[in-house]
Amino acid sequence: MRRVVPPVVVGVLALVLWELTVTLGRVAPFILPAPSAIGAQILEQRGNIVDAALASGANALTGLIGGTLLAILAALAASRFRLLGEVSVPFAAVLNALPIIALAPILNNMFESTSSVPRRLVTGIVVFFPVFLNLLRGLREVDPVHQELMRTYAAGGWTFARKVRLPGALPHLFTGLRQASSLAVIAAVVAEYFGGLQDGLGARITSAAAFTAYPRAWAFVAGACLLGLSFYLVTLLLERLAMPWRTRLIS
Amino acid sequence: MTAVAISGVTKVFNPGRPDEVLALSDVDLTVADGEFVSLIGPSGCGKSTLLRLIADLIAPTTGTVTVAGTTAAQARRDQAYGIAFQQAGLFEWRTVRRNVELPLELRGAGRAERRAKAEEMLELVGLSEFAGHYPGQLSGGMQQRVAIARALAVQPPLLLMDEPFGALDEMTRERLQAELLAVCAATGTSTVFVTHSISEAVFLSDRVVVMSARPGRITAAIDVKLPSRDEAGRQAPAYFDKITEVRKALRG
Repeated sequence: MRRVVPPVVVGVLALVLWELTVTLGRVAPFILPAPSAIGAQILEQRGNIVDAALASGANALTGLIGGTLLAILAALAASRFRLLGEVSVPFAAVLNALPIIALAPILNNMFESTSSVPRRLVTGIVVFFPVFLNLLRGLREVDPVHQELMRTYAAGGWTFARKVRLPGALPHLFTGLRQASSLAVIAAVVAEYFGGLQDGLGARITSAAAFTAYPRAWAFVAGACLLGLSFYLVTLLLERLAMPWRTRLIS
Repeated sequence: MTAVAISGVTKVFNPGRPDEVLALSDVDLTVADGEFVSLIGPSGCGKSTLLRLIADLIAPTTGTVTVAGTTAAQARRDQAYGIAFQQAGLFEWRTVRRNVELPLELRGAGRAERRAKAEEMLELVGLSEFAGHYPGQLSGGMQQRVAIARALAVQPPLLLMDEPFGALDEMTRERLQAELLAVCAATGTSTVFVTHSISEAVFLSDRVVVMSARPGRITAAIDVKLPSRDEAGRQAPAYFDKITEVRKALRG
């Protein structure tokens, strides 16, 4: 209770303050619509919001899973082969500095306009880096005491990897996944701003804004927010299930 | 038979480089079966290095190390010794029971055998009821007892300990010392114990080996025969005499 009540109270207060500011201050809806107007739109558009969120959610999930699997394989390879590890980190840093979302229009032109592949590719690439870099760090950091102990048990390389290196890297993997899960939704939504198939939240936001239906645009933004939040929470749940020895959810 | 025989051992770290260090110079040491030997000396005297040589975690530059009648490398592969460090070094993702089971697991012991052995060892260190806990839920002293149970799990003829109680408070330390002696007596295990506490070395050992630094070498070996190793033993005149003797040897 003590962990739930304060944020809820602050949230409600913020909404009330927002409503009052907009109505009393006569703020134009194209600058900031009132939460009541947005709420009405959420109710009216709920079917559309759910459909668009499912489309965007499917893109984000596909990209998240694909990007994560690739990142795990790459991190395993980079930690296993020293040379590969040394080469891949600066390479990954350079690619990470690249605004990947900017690839969306290029990718959109490479595929048909009815294809979901470009958005999923962008999401996958965005997801790759936080997972790869965090997991690689985790795989490299092994407690020296554990290392000596396993040596006294005459454990071979594969046994060592399975019993020590991999479980020891799990917390790092989930640190990466937590970042990646929110990024995946952002990437899947924003990629639609640059064309391609227009069935997700991003397309709904741009078209509502183009028709100056600002409360409706905000209603879809709220949908995107909820979608990102649910991705994040599911990741936290997985983290907890995968690591029962960690008692706290966020450490 | 001797548990450990070290003859003419020298260890040079970083040979041929500007930061070359002569860590051990011409060390000879034997540990008899069932004997409890402590290594004591100032930091940098090579006592931990000597322990790691016995454990085959590092190799000597010259000389030979024989453990349980074979080479140190073969003894390690046979899991002929159990080892415990200053940090408990438990695997946080394994329960207490599965931490103790690990050395047995790597030996290829069956599930039922592993479990029975782990229960037995946890009983020995008084932690049976914590078998299902994770290490993060235990105090430092309890973690160290789990580490000792793990070191004993394969029932090795030799136990190597590198300041295992160094990070614990005095009360916990004294209780664990008593437990360790009981375990060693019950199992007939030989022990090499690195410490920098004079009283700990005297209380636990049949023999205290005093080392000095730069270069690391053995300067004295003091036999200890206390009337008993319990509370009375800690107050016996012989105990204080030996403490004084070790202290003098350390000052050299």
